[in-house]
Amino acid sequence: MNATALEKIKAAFPDAICTTALDSVVVEVQPENLERTLSRLKNDPAFNCGLLVDVTGIDYLQYPTPQKVRFHVVYTLRNWIDNLLIQVRCAVVDPQAGIPTATHLWGSANWGEREVYDQYGIRFNGHPDLRRILNHWQFEGHPLRKDYPIEKGQICYETDPLEDEIRSRLFENGIDETTMKDINTEIMFLNLGPSHPATHGAIRILTALDGETILANVNEIGYLHRGFEKTAETRTYNQIIPLTDRLNYCSSMINNIAYAKAVEAWLGVTITERAKFMRVVLTEFYRVLDHLVCLAAALVDMGGLTNYWYLYNEKEAAYDLISRLTGARLTSSFTRIGGMYRDFYEGWEKDLELQLLGIEKGIGDALKLVETNRIVHDRTQGVCVVSAETALSYGFTGPVLRASGVPYDLRKDAPYYNYESFDFEVPVGTNGDIYDRFMIRFYEMAQSIRIIRQAMQHIPEGPINVKDSQVCLPPKDQVYSNIEGLANHFKLIFEGVKVPAGEWYDAYEAANGELGFHFVSDGSGQPYKLKVRPPCFYTMGGFHKMVEGNMIADAVINLSCINIIGGELDR
Amino acid sequence: MALGLEASLGNTVITTKLDAVINWGRQYSLWPFVFGTACCAIEFMSAAASQHDISRFGAEVVRFSPRQADLLLVCGTISYKQAPILKRIYEQMPLPKWVVAMGACASSGGIYDNYCTVQGIDTIIPVDIYISGCPPRPEAVLDALIKIQEQIRGESVLIDRQHDFKGILD
Ligand code: SF4
Repeated sequence: MNATALEKIKAAFPDAICTTALDSVVVEVQPENLERTLSRLKNDPAFNCGLLVDVTGIDYLQYPTPQKVRFHVVYTLRNWIDNLLIQVRCAVVDPQAGIPTATHLWGSANWGEREVYDQYGIRFNGHPDLRRILNHWQFEGHPLRKDYPIEKGQICYETDPLEDEIRSRLFENGIDETTMKDINTEIMFLNLGPSHPATHGAIRILTALDGETILANVNEIGYLHRGFEKTAETRTYNQIIPLTDRLNYCSSMINNIAYAKAVEAWLGVTITERAKFMRVVLTEFYRVLDHLVCLAAALVDMGGLTNYWYLYNEKEAAYDLISRLTGARLTSSFTRIGGMYRDFYEGWEKDLELQLLGIEKGIGDALKLVETNRIVHDRTQGVCVVSAETALSYGFTGPVLRASGVPYDLRKDAPYYNYESFDFEVPVGTNGDIYDRFMIRFYEMAQSIRIIRQAMQHIPEGPINVKDSQVCLPPKDQVYSNIEGLANHFKLIFEGVKVPAGEWYDAYEAANGELGFHFVSDGSGQPYKLKVRPPCFYTMGGFHKMVEGNMIADAVINLSCINIIGGELDR
Repeated sequence: MALGLEASLGNTVITTKLDAVINWGRQYSLWPFVFGTACCAIEFMSAAASQHDISRFGAEVVRFSPRQADLLLVCGTISYKQAPILKRIYEQMPLPKWVVAMGACASSGGIYDNYCTVQGIDTIIPVDIYISGCPPRPEAVLDALIKIQEQIRGESVLIDRQHDFKGILD
């Protein structure tokens, strides 16, 4: 696919430099051509890139091979139907003067570009709301610039009032000053969070209400910004694995696997068949766990506490199983570049099957209470509807996008780890309302369990790590008994796995959607830059589109149905 | 008609120390406010769920209003952006109040030694008990609760718990 896509793009953009990296075609454009290129890639039916997956900046200040221009901005686009992944790179000569925005093409560019501005200080001309997003408003400087010292913290004394933002949002929705002041239509401002039971973590939701109806909504995130990307630049590739646990901590193993897969892809390492199967089994198992927690919390918000116990107790039991396997309940750190930390233990298969039966029972019990429950239907059906078009524009992926009727799933559309040979379906919603977002997770759990059973039936015996002394640690008996083994171990631990210089993007279907990693390597054992494409960041970016016009209580259950996880949202 | 304890005690008068009876009450009905921001909060959920069942220790009445709580459980990483909110919530809690820092992040910043993470919440508010772990197991949360209870047992209603504390936000 890559070669033809490259030819197609070369023909369409003769003055741009086009190359490929893994599955993506990289198009290098001049700032003056950026807007034209992006809009053609989106609107030309030959490319049809409906999804702006991610936006990121790169600072080449300390890159070993000097670059002409210090800053670059990269837009990652996807046409999911034809499995076309395109990265558009643009040099930024003067970050203050900036480059044109892409917000008029995709809704997701809004938050994506704000993040680049916040972290790198690159301006986007024409952006409607260019301000910080992850760091607090009293922060000075731009932390992901290479000359910003990693440990230089800055104290925040007050929270941002967000008053201007909510007012401009109200104007956008056609509500002017006089309506706001009129005694009959007086607007009430209601703030939820960042520490509020409805927000399940640290997110701030500010709404302007007419009675209980939401007229305008703005959200503030970044309360759990922990500097994942900057920290990763100071760690070896394997040392980053524990950090990935803490992205979406409800499905830590999926992050481990997605990350390891992304590094291996560039290294050119093909992991063993057994490791592939293990990764499939564990991904799907964690997908189930992630959905269990999401649904349990959503049902609590709807007032169904009983369901919570049915679902959460199974998750708790599953933690026992996981800790038998990995040694940890929550933060698994179970992959290594080139394979897995350990093999399944003896008796895992039986334990797993028992656990799956337990989960099926829990799901069944919970479903019995909600599936035909009038209250659940009334509260969720036709509420917070989001169309497929809006969902794509805002970069939704995973269950939330599929609920709006778009059957995009990387496991089907760009399969890896033999997913094409498993027999499973991708549930798709019809209305894009809360009900669809909610039920789709129930159906996905059933499909995941199907995949697990098939994989456990066909999992081959054999090693779990590749035999490559440049990638995987040698067996312990060799480390203790001969000098080569010892030196090998020593080098891998101290210097890390050496990854060839280059840039690449690799994505994985995580529980919340497309989890991508954008790397820049300078050939050393530590990444020069690592950007995560977190699925729920973009879902949250379109939150106002779902809730405006609905009631405040709907916003609460909508938030729990889209499964926002702080660690992944703010990194 | 008297039932239970009163029935067997009849008209007896019981004398005790004020400290003893008040502390007894405080110890076994701690109302936690869970300031859950990150991964550790998930483990707190487990501590509250059926298997570990925090109600065995009288602390299951989780409040989401600081004005109704006397135990602040900080579960998760606190960023500089979050810090003023944590401080505000602590100040909104009525006296007497106790604070538990759950996990490496709340105790010391944990694995995040960088530009956005507060290096331990004791730079913002006073802390009574620290729980190690990343995340700590639910049993460790229960252990911290017992430690707080022990601490309360030794306190006196006549002595103000608040000492001079000055954090980075004061
Ligand atoms: S201590 Fe570990 S588990 Fe707890 S919040 Fe910090 S990173 Fe997460």
